[in-house]
Amino acid sequence: MQCQSCQKREATVHLTEINDGVRTELHLCEQCAQQEGIAIKSQIPLNELLSTLLASQPAEGELLDDSDTKRCCPHCGFMLEQFRKEALLGCPYDYELFESSLLGLIEKAQNGHTTHCGKVPSRMPADAQKQIKLSILRQQLESAVGSEDYERAAEVRDKINKLE
Amino acid sequence: MKLTDISRDINEWFDGSGPMSDIVISSRIRLARNLAGYKFLSRCSTQEREQTLQKLKQAVMSLDLGDKIFYISVDNASSLDRNFLVERHLISRHHAFGKGPRGAVIAQREFFTAMINEEDHLRIQVLRGGLQLSQCAEQINHIDDMIEQKVEYAFSPRFGYLTACPTNLGTGIRVSVMLHLPALKMTGQIDKFFNATKDLSLAVRGLFGEGTEAAGDFYQISNQVTLGVSENDIVSQFQDSIIPEIIEYENAARKQLLSKQAELLDDKISRAMALLKHAHLISSQEAIFLLSHLRLGVNLQRNAGASTPAIQNLAALGSEDRADKKGGLSIATVNRLFMLTLPAHLQLNYGKPLDSLHRDALRAKIIRSALTPDS
Repeated sequence: MQCQSCQKREATVHLTEINDGVRTELHLCEQCAQQEGIAIKSQIPLNELLSTLLASQPAEGELLDDSDTKRCCPHCGFMLEQFRKEALLGCPYDYELFESSLLGLIEKAQNGHTTHCGKVPSRMPADAQKQIKLSILRQQLESAVGSEDYERAAEVRDKINKLE
Repeated sequence: MKLTDISRDINEWFDGSGPMSDIVISSRIRLARNLAGYKFLSRCSTQEREQTLQKLKQAVMSLDLGDKIFYISVDNASSLDRNFLVERHLISRHHAFGKGPRGAVIAQREFFTAMINEEDHLRIQVLRGGLQLSQCAEQINHIDDMIEQKVEYAFSPRFGYLTACPTNLGTGIRVSVMLHLPALKMTGQIDKFFNATKDLSLAVRGLFGEGTEAAGDFYQISNQVTLGVSENDIVSQFQDSIIPEIIEYENAARKQLLSKQAELLDDKISRAMALLKHAHLISSQEAIFLLSHLRLGVNLQRNAGASTPAIQNLAALGSEDRADKKGGLSIATVNRLFMLTLPAHLQLNYGKPLDSLHRDALRAKIIRSALTPDS
């Protein structure tokens, strides 16, 4: 659709106004919309996006099974129902309790990632620290192989062997 | 420490002296953390919120940050004070107008803030002028380590630092860079920037973070992915690849303006100057929009040696900034006008709340007198 103002560019901003029951529609390109002083929300707030995402999940029947939606966290009383409204979890334990329901959502929100690969608190037990380092290295190995950087892959593999 | 101690001048990171500061206004990194053994805030009672607040306040206030730090009880602060802290980029809008017991620990030089009981129990941020992400990363990592000595964070080996919203999970890091891209906008190429950010799944926001639209060609970009990528990788991707690429786009657009569209450029600068010098009522949005064009003119003269007629006029202006021996309008002066005329700054410095008409009049007066120092 062409912009109604400049008649040149593609209209990407669509405004519907209803005044005293009279409906008017305006189709503008971004530049003309800005000139008209129409604010463009370029970003849907993440939380909003997430809750929409989760709310749409059951319809696809992919992620939430009934047992999870009815379950209630013994620590904080949180139920997945609430997540749909606020996109916020109730306590750290919820990540464990509802892991299977949350995984798909985390994957979507985090560009396909589901495992931490970064800083580890210094007070973590040595064994847990080692596990995390290994997981980071395995990811590095995967990406090195993926980009056919075999020299780097060999280096990372050696590091993994040493740690293990 | 009173807020009026800092409200009369711009913060250190906004004085225009950082690396690449003609295009990069500021670099900011924040980390989201929660206490182990406590519920996330949405499930906390007032009493439980009070507990996390006290525990974290005590931990953060005892840190040695090499600067004086002060605490502000955000829930007890006046609405004007809260708006001021948001304008200053010291706390988020969400924190300012959230609910329940909450507070902020702020370094007097404003490079550090800890927001307690925002969306997560603790959100710490480090801010610096210009492109200084690596320095921000080093500093915030150190501060995070120091806090970790005093409290235990909620952490899982699988998911990393556990946050109330899964969008912050893992590293809990949000790297944000505020950019001034007037030439891309003027030459109609701002889509280049938007497309680049879209491809890299970055978030673009206006000057004051989430939910605000871009004003005066200032854009803030930040990472969205916090899980499965290390802090170092996120920071260096910004510092070494994303930001330099955007700087290159903007510089190319600036060159294009000077070589092929000098009249367009001069028209924008001269119109901005005329309005700013003579208007008697000016809204905050309009001031930001016009000052943005002056800022471009001053930077073009400083960095590209440009001397179009409009830019020469800027250079001929007597600067009220006495430290700047070069004369002419300085970036610090423009930045000062930009920040000190924001609504809460105006009112705090005036000493009492003003309605919008009086704010617009006072704003116009401050700008007029700064741009015509002899009057």
